[in-house]
Amino acid sequence: MIIKQLSVFLENKSGRLTEVTETLASANINLSAFCVADTAEYGILRFITNKPEEAMTVLKENGFSVHITEVIGLIVPNESGGLHKALKLLSAEGISVEYMYAFEVGDRATVIIRTDSASQAVSVLQQHKMDLIKASDIYDV
Amino acid sequence: MIWNEFIECMDRERLTKLQSERLHSMVERLYYNVPFYRSKFQENGIEPGDIKNIDQLRDLPFTNKQDLRDNYPFGLFAVPPSEVVRLHASSGTTGRPTVVGYTRKDLETWSEVVARSLTGAGGGKNDVLHIAYGYGLFTGGLGIHYGAEKIGAAVVPVSGGNTQRQLQLMHDFGSTILACTPSYALYLAEALAEAGISTDSLKLKAGIFGAEPWTLEMRCAIEKKLNIKAIDIYGLSEIIGPGVACECLHQNGLHVYEDHFYPEIIDPDTLEVLPEGRIGELVFTCFTKEALPLLRYRTHDLSQLNYEKCECGRTLTRMKKCLGRSDDMLIIRGVNVFPSQIEAVLLEMSETKPHYMLFVDRINNLDVLEIWVEVEDQFFSDEIKKLEGLRKKIQHNIESVLGINANIKLVEPKTIERSEGKAKRVIDKRKL
Repeated sequence: MIIKQLSVFLENKSGRLTEVTETLASANINLSAFCVADTAEYGILRFITNKPEEAMTVLKENGFSVHITEVIGLIVPNESGGLHKALKLLSAEGISVEYMYAFEVGDRATVIIRTDSASQAVSVLQQHKMDLIKASDIYDV
Repeated sequence: MIWNEFIECMDRERLTKLQSERLHSMVERLYYNVPFYRSKFQENGIEPGDIKNIDQLRDLPFTNKQDLRDNYPFGLFAVPPSEVVRLHASSGTTGRPTVVGYTRKDLETWSEVVARSLTGAGGGKNDVLHIAYGYGLFTGGLGIHYGAEKIGAAVVPVSGGNTQRQLQLMHDFGSTILACTPSYALYLAEALAEAGISTDSLKLKAGIFGAEPWTLEMRCAIEKKLNIKAIDIYGLSEIIGPGVACECLHQNGLHVYEDHFYPEIIDPDTLEVLPEGRIGELVFTCFTKEALPLLRYRTHDLSQLNYEKCECGRTLTRMKKCLGRSDDMLIIRGVNVFPSQIEAVLLEMSETKPHYMLFVDRINNLDVLEIWVEVEDQFFSDEIKKLEGLRKKIQHNIESVLGINANIKLVEPKTIERSEGKAKRVIDKRKL
């Protein structure tokens, strides 16, 4: 249930993001989900891919700072209060959310959540029968 | 081991006598052979026969880098062109290069002082010396080269550049001593780690590093990464090149080869000679140089002298590791800042690499210092709050040492150009 997410440190200069996507494209690596966090001077590209280890190697070879982080993917029913229920469970257990981002496949929304402990978050959410996406499923999206 | 025990361990009284004799004959040569010095002596009412004692040196005029430029190329040479067997020149980023010349005897002197330096660093005929200083007009490569041959070491004159080949040769030839600039040593260490070559598979035991100022923190980083003893060698081409002074294995100051190069420490503002132990600008007089004997040459390097006998047995005075140049100093909002201070702060922090760039600019009449710091791969976090925390920590540490606020910019690894020669770390846009 734990998904490996890659983060890349990016300086704010034009064309830098393109260099990452180019590197990944030429290694035939597909992105399943991504988001960019930015500050005035730098940004962090976070993404999920079908080949995390390979992506890490090829990016490092090309001089990028890369980091692998464990995240979870929550399938959220398309109805009001769906996300709220999951977040309440996590906060009740004292698990803090560092950041999250959502993507959609068909009519199903998935939220990628980075918590301070991915394994704890998985067990809490599973106990309460919340729907989590499997690593193998998301890598192939 | 000591290469020339007779000189290097000579008692002070005898050494002073030797220095006085050598100064006397040098002043005579300058008076009769170099019009520049003759007119200076005449202006100051100095007759060549007057100078008999080393204590009188402080009454003699200084020589500046500008004097070499004004007399470009050979105006300060004290021998006819037929006696000159080698010329070197500095790159001269502004204006004319500085040209230095050597007679056959000067080259012998140079080999001798480098032989002393290498021996003091533990080198001998069984060593393989990997010389990654640039060969050519720069004195680094050829200077170390002949001294290394003199002690009978096997010399690998690889020069600068082509790092991958350097690593391979160092590994395959079993190099035991590395000679290059300290910044290139760090670069090689990084490249080794990247190539997956363990220092255990190398035979390196020591490095002779010089040609740019480097901090003690940088020494620790090099020693740890390469698992060697990092020895500081000092020199400048105007005096002879590398080998004016060098540390022994005790690493407690650089022994100045003062039978050839006489050091003084002066106050750069009043030009008065400072007493032993005071920090000031190093000034050298080359007693024995034939082609280009400079009198009281101002180096602009800051150091101090220690005349106590060293544990190694050498009696030659020791100069403290140069930590800056009086002309490297930046004045930012009225505060004196040496790049080496910033380097020391960064090296104390495990999160950053010793690669940095300083940009000084004046925005709205206010000096602004921006420091680019590379984020070490393993400390890169995907959480912005951690990266911001790191940035603030660097900012805080810089401020507590320098007393000024600097903008810290985190940059990707390898963004800052790696130097294979002297590192360029400061861009002062105020002067552009």
